[in-house]
Amino acid sequence: MITLIILSALGILTLFAQVLRFRRGLFPVILVGLAAAFFFTSANYNTNPQVWFSSMLHFDNFAIAFSRSLIVIAFLWFMMARNYFLQETSATDHFALVLFSMVGAVSMVSYNNLTMLFLGIEILSISVYVLAASDKANAFSSEAGFKYFLMGSFATGFLLFGITLIYGVSGSFDLTVIHNSMGAHHEPVMALTGVLLLMVGLAFKASLAPFHFWAPDVYDGAPTPVTAYMATVVKTAAFAAFFRLFYICFPDMVAQWSGVLWWLVVLTLFISNITAVRQTSVKRMLAYSSIAHAGYLAMAIVSMNGDASARAILYYTLTYSVSTISAFTVLYIVSRSKGREDFGAFEGLGKTNPFLSFVLVVAMLSLAGIPPTAGFFGKYYVFFNALQTHNTGLVIIAVLAALIGVYYYFKVIIAVYFKPEQSHIPVTVGGLHQTVLFITTLLTLLLGIFPDVILQWI
Amino acid sequence: MSEVVRGIPLNWFIILSSILFSIGVMGVLFRRNAIIIFMSVELMLNAVNLLLVAFAAKWGDASGQVFVFFTMAVAAAEVAVGLAILVVMYRNSKSTDIDVLNKLKG
Repeated sequence: MITLIILSALGILTLFAQVLRFRRGLFPVILVGLAAAFFFTSANYNTNPQVWFSSMLHFDNFAIAFSRSLIVIAFLWFMMARNYFLQETSATDHFALVLFSMVGAVSMVSYNNLTMLFLGIEILSISVYVLAASDKANAFSSEAGFKYFLMGSFATGFLLFGITLIYGVSGSFDLTVIHNSMGAHHEPVMALTGVLLLMVGLAFKASLAPFHFWAPDVYDGAPTPVTAYMATVVKTAAFAAFFRLFYICFPDMVAQWSGVLWWLVVLTLFISNITAVRQTSVKRMLAYSSIAHAGYLAMAIVSMNGDASARAILYYTLTYSVSTISAFTVLYIVSRSKGREDFGAFEGLGKTNPFLSFVLVVAMLSLAGIPPTAGFFGKYYVFFNALQTHNTGLVIIAVLAALIGVYYYFKVIIAVYFKPEQSHIPVTVGGLHQTVLFITTLLTLLLGIFPDVILQWI
Repeated sequence: MSEVVRGIPLNWFIILSSILFSIGVMGVLFRRNAIIIFMSVELMLNAVNLLLVAFAAKWGDASGQVFVFFTMAVAAAEVAVGLAILVVMYRNSKSTDIDVLNKLKG
């Protein structure tokens, strides 16, 4: 709860910063505020679950672990995005929107009532619709914002219909009450329809195929820092909410819904990985890669295995987000200097910018899941979890999809090291970007060596 | 009046809401004008509201009706943001037809 209060207060303070002529000092204040939110969130760790608002929010270890993870990612994201927002747009409005969307994300990981799930998703989404369209003069950005808004509100309709049918079966929005009444088998058809509609709504938000078609366009058109936010914080919150709902409410119906989700995972893995191979723009390739990672994450929900699944999702989302922020920061720096986002922009980077190239290679290896990096262990835990619940076929399919993934991640590495530079435009890296790239690379390597640091959070 | 409403079987509400919801879905999928698509999304949300109120009456539980207020508040916020984005899009493309949304592809 204290997390929500700190984040909301920080958002309101950020809005006032414009009036109070406090813009220059704002950025350190936000970072200190996020650090405070992390500290106070951790204070309730391993105590009895904190129950708020007549049991609508439960801050148990799951909620605290994901809140911490979200705050860490947001902290890195702010360091990455500061320059863009200070130079290009009105920073205070957009920073405030990001902080308010964090409030939605924290509600999405700590809800114990479908009302809070709905409100959390909407608080998060509405802020991000505005952020996606924030580059007002750019037709691509407004197109991305509009598509995101349209598909997001369409998905909300399905989510709400699902919530309503579940309410019709159980007579309550409380997750525990719903779980108990689902076991009683009243109105099985209505219950199953509700569960499937909820799954469709959440699959839209989490960009699982065949409900992913908006994602590449939106990720491509939105300003690069906003894309990084959508691919990290929004995805983490969406999967935590997805897991929490199906883990607490519908474990008894796992036989019915896991078959449907199985097909969604297989479709996601193949469509995204095969389409990513054909891309010429690195930003669009990263968009498809983010959809592919949604597929691996959904595997952990298909192979529902209690806290082991939760740990796999926590570790996967955190390591994936750290590497993704790394990749998008490099993309932002390079595309800003060279004015293009295709693979050609990265050619010869290995000679001119050894630091940037090394960072990019570590990020790509982690996203591809190559052993020394954290991304490998993320996939390892998800696959291991699936094997334990006898989903061997799914693991074989996922390994094949990951092999396709290696191809397009290595295309970036080949462009960086084995192609001569053609444009000779210097790429300069600011001090703040150097710091964030140093931290993300260090985290990617260290979390791969010490995964227990994260896994013991739940 | 309330006696008359209570006399209507619950299934009728479910069928009516499902039909309204489906009309909304079809509108989103097949209409090309952005404003009409907005209206269709609103229709989907209001179909849900109707069903929520019907279920709240069935269970004699106020939380379903309170949820309707949340839905309406969120829908209002969503439309405010959506229309603002539509204005920005119109300034860039001079049209509210969603067929102009074809710059992003690959």
